[in-house]
Amino acid sequence: MPSLDLVLNALTAGLLLGGFYAAVTAGISISFGILDIVNIAHPAFVILGSYAAYTLNTAFGLDPILAGVLVLPAFYALGALVYQVYYASFERRGEDSLRGLAFFFGLLFIAEVGLILGFGVDYRTVDAAYGEGSIDLGPVQLPLRMLVPFLVSLAMLAALQLLLSRTFLGRAVMAVAQDPLALKLLAIDPVRVRRIAFAVSVATCAMAGAFLIVIQPIEPSIGREYIGRVFAICVLGGLGSLPGTLAAAVLLGVVESFTSTFYGPSWAPAIAFGLLLITLAVRPAGLFGR
Amino acid sequence: MRTSLFVTLVAAVAAALFALAVASGSDYLLFAGYTVLQFVVLATAWNILGGYTGYVNFGSAAFFAVGAYTSVFFHKAYPLPIPVLVMIAAVVAGLLGLGMGYLTLRLRGAFFSIATLALAVVLQTVVVNWHFLGGSRGAYIIRPALAPIPGLTYIQYLVLVMLVLAAGALIAARTIERSKLGTGLAAIRDDEVAAESVGVPTLRLKLIATTLSGALMGMAGAPFPYYIGYIEPHSAFGLPYAVNAIAMPMIGGTTHWAGPLIGAVLLGSLQQIATVTISSAVNLLIVGLLLVGFVIVAPNGIVGLWQSLFGRDGQGWRRFSRSTRSASGSADSSRSTRSA
Repeated sequence: MPSLDLVLNALTAGLLLGGFYAAVTAGISISFGILDIVNIAHPAFVILGSYAAYTLNTAFGLDPILAGVLVLPAFYALGALVYQVYYASFERRGEDSLRGLAFFFGLLFIAEVGLILGFGVDYRTVDAAYGEGSIDLGPVQLPLRMLVPFLVSLAMLAALQLLLSRTFLGRAVMAVAQDPLALKLLAIDPVRVRRIAFAVSVATCAMAGAFLIVIQPIEPSIGREYIGRVFAICVLGGLGSLPGTLAAAVLLGVVESFTSTFYGPSWAPAIAFGLLLITLAVRPAGLFGR
Repeated sequence: MRTSLFVTLVAAVAAALFALAVASGSDYLLFAGYTVLQFVVLATAWNILGGYTGYVNFGSAAFFAVGAYTSVFFHKAYPLPIPVLVMIAAVVAGLLGLGMGYLTLRLRGAFFSIATLALAVVLQTVVVNWHFLGGSRGAYIIRPALAPIPGLTYIQYLVLVMLVLAAGALIAARTIERSKLGTGLAAIRDDEVAAESVGVPTLRLKLIATTLSGALMGMAGAPFPYYIGYIEPHSAFGLPYAVNAIAMPMIGGTTHWAGPLIGAVLLGSLQQIATVTISSAVNLLIVGLLLVGFVIVAPNGIVGLWQSLFGRDGQGWRRFSRSTRSASGSADSSRSTRSA
């Protein structure tokens, strides 16, 4: 019988991890869940964000999460550019399924190989004020390097949720998923709305990338482990619902954390994928699906 | 072209290639040729599902590695000749494709693609934790000194096996393309709902395609441990196999059996040259850039470019008279599927 302390610590670690997973998945929930663009290069953009934070951190000593905020506009622009190419080459021609997937797969590969050429395959870390130390609540430890990304991630999710539910733009994004033609009749350009939404989804990668490098050392090919996680969470969370995403992310985080604690970390990557396969087979609408 | 003539032609070309490779006496040529042939099989296998049916498999590396690790398993448990291993690998990888397809093919295509990515990581994790197969440390396969066929060195024997597999894959792909199965698959690719509504058994055809495609990929992987001598999960399940298996048919052209062949020979040779002259990381970057460039600029690949410039579907009154008769894109692509 495992001790209560161990269980409690695994539970908190999973919760904190889940908050971070939610930040990584938020972008996919927008691009795949709402816009129906299967951006499998999303995790590669997250790693790109990590390396942006790493570069600013080592060159100027900037706080990595602050660096993430600073590169947000650049990632927004990158997202807008990628969408424009995707739209012009595939979406407009109605060839988005097969070739669009190959396009994003190519982007993922280019980003990964580009980073290998630029930075090598060594693991990189950042210096942050909260890199070490923890807050102890009785037997439960809250490491700062997990807690800070968790809190900022929650703030980011809340901001995104407000953007989607309260602003005109957000409602337009939700509407474009349902009926682009109706938007056109209201004199709103659906392509522009989709471009902005996709750019926002890529911009979240800047933040998620910064969280990632605070939490663990990174190397270019690490993004692949996140492909399964983000899509598992996105599907489990009911495709496009941010609260659902958060709940699913926390669930996955806790399950992974317990697996790591009691069976060893080498099994953890398979959990997400196993969960994804089971979800797809049994309940493709997700736990919180409509 | 009649099928019997085609088979004879493929066999003759394969025999000629093998004779040339042996006559050259260059071991490097044999090693490089093996890799290119392996990609011909992988690309053709991917295309049966991806090109003909329109379902993107990102997990080619998983099926390939399952084939390779099947060989490792039997090498350690009970050594068998390579042709037998190839058959076993085909069964194992085919069943894997069937199971995978059964779980996800009822959903939209994107879910299948994501699930194949997932499959690669699940299997890699299983192999990493399976100590009998060498775990994450990898496994050494000591190649036998003598090939089972007298007069051939071992690498010549491996090239011969791969040549037979490549020829078999091409013949299988062409046969499928022209069969009722191929027509059904093309119908699924062009409009699955319409195909379903006119009575095409879509799920069954998709499962057949996934199984065949997976089995061929497993067969391509089975001789690999004997070729490479040392295998570890990180490289066996590596992204380069998956990317190449997609990039080669996309660059060559996905609706025709010759597309993956052209793509694999071009891209495979290019990579061999780039690995020797530049670096292996740069050659992977080239593959990625070519893939993205081709899907944007030439969506039907080299075969498509060729057809639009010189082919029957190309210019002149034929095109005019046809385009007046069939305005829809689906009629267009099902025709290009049938043209040899």
